[in-house]
Amino acid sequence: MHWTNAIAMIVMIGSGWKIYNDEVIFGFLHFPQEIVLGIWAQHALQWHFFGMWILVFNGLFYLAYGIATGRFARLFFPIRPREVVAEMVAALTFRLKHADLTHYNAVQKVLYVGVIGIIIVQVVSGLAIWKPVQFSFLVSLFGGFQGARLAHFLGMAAIVGFMVVHVALALLVPRTILAMLTGGPRVPAEDPHSEGAPAPTTTH
Amino acid sequence: MAFRNPFAPRRSSVTTPDKSLIVENRKLIETIDRRKVLRGTFSLGALSLLAGCDISNRGAVQSVLRTVSDFNDGVQAALFNPKKLAPTFSPDLVVKPPRFNAYYEIDEVKPVDVSTWKLELSGLIQDKRPWTLDQIYALPEQEEIIRHICVEGWDYIGQWSGPNLKDFLTRIGADLSAKYIAFYGNDDYMESIDMASALHPQTILATKYAGEPITDPYGFPLRLRTAVKLGYKNPKWIRAIEVTNTYPLGFWEKQGFNWFAGL
Repeated sequence: MHWTNAIAMIVMIGSGWKIYNDEVIFGFLHFPQEIVLGIWAQHALQWHFFGMWILVFNGLFYLAYGIATGRFARLFFPIRPREVVAEMVAALTFRLKHADLTHYNAVQKVLYVGVIGIIIVQVVSGLAIWKPVQFSFLVSLFGGFQGARLAHFLGMAAIVGFMVVHVALALLVPRTILAMLTGGPRVPAEDPHSEGAPAPTTTH
Repeated sequence: MAFRNPFAPRRSSVTTPDKSLIVENRKLIETIDRRKVLRGTFSLGALSLLAGCDISNRGAVQSVLRTVSDFNDGVQAALFNPKKLAPTFSPDLVVKPPRFNAYYEIDEVKPVDVSTWKLELSGLIQDKRPWTLDQIYALPEQEEIIRHICVEGWDYIGQWSGPNLKDFLTRIGADLSAKYIAFYGNDDYMESIDMASALHPQTILATKYAGEPITDPYGFPLRLRTAVKLGYKNPKWIRAIEVTNTYPLGFWEKQGFNWFAGL
């Protein structure tokens, strides 16, 4: 589910940049043709409305699975503000311990829950832009059609920001890459950190 | 000289520009805009990308993407609520004049000669007699202040009036159970919409903008204005209307844009 999502995200972002270029929100910002998906706007639109199905179905499946199995409750919660601050400081001074891959630290919890929330808002603002008459109440939620476009753009920026940090950190702790590719970290039976918790055997 | 590549030109044979040459051609050299050259180089690079490296236009990929786009037409038709009204706005928000858009520039618009213009009707219509502009002006008018949304992402509020399309279709005895209705422009533009959207209460044959006859660039004498479609589904300078069950592929769909394009 993680890698399907990664592909869907790249399709959505690359094609979204091309669509954006036709009517920029910020005069100084055009995305170069080399990094966008789609030769002309119609191709970018085709990709965007193709990627949306992958994103939405994979996302719904992921959310349903995470909630039903208790995976979200176990991995993401509770989030304690004090831990977040302490571990943020530790992370920024490169002193954050990463001994146990089966346990998310507080910073990870905030980032992962945060990005899931942003993707959900992104789907909502996307619906507002796609169907501003059928879902006109969503448009008013964002303060108008251009407000929804701005929200959709800012959501993209936040997701791109997350991806940069996420990939950089994963590369810093190479063990995680293996775990992401093989479907979960290897947990030795006598691992003192596992504390009897079953090892996650699924992909992210 | 210890070693010379035999294939390299002799130094003496390479002409170093004579000073006088530069002086003579100074004017020419000065007109070479470095920026333009640079931009040209970049465009060439982009063009090479278009030719080979971008995957969007390859046959197989394009066929998959167009299949999904066709599927999305069906999804949009299912999402379309024929009773759901688009938001309307107050007159002080109306942008005057409306924003121009076509696949060509505003100065290339060929105004319609109203002395010979008639609205032609074809397809599944009982009374196919053409309509003069005066006959159309004599019909009851409906005014709507609605948002125009372009697929590019811009929008503006416009104030349109003219006969309601459903009333007009009923008057001419059109088959309202037909699938499509196509609008032919005075240029080579054609776009078609689904019958459900054509019968939507906020779909009109607009003859006026902000209370005055629409001017040439914006579709005089007749254009479609529907609150439930993107801008490109609102043809200007309409010269003919066709009611049909045969899917009429419009100007932008041929180039890969989505057909339903519903808001």
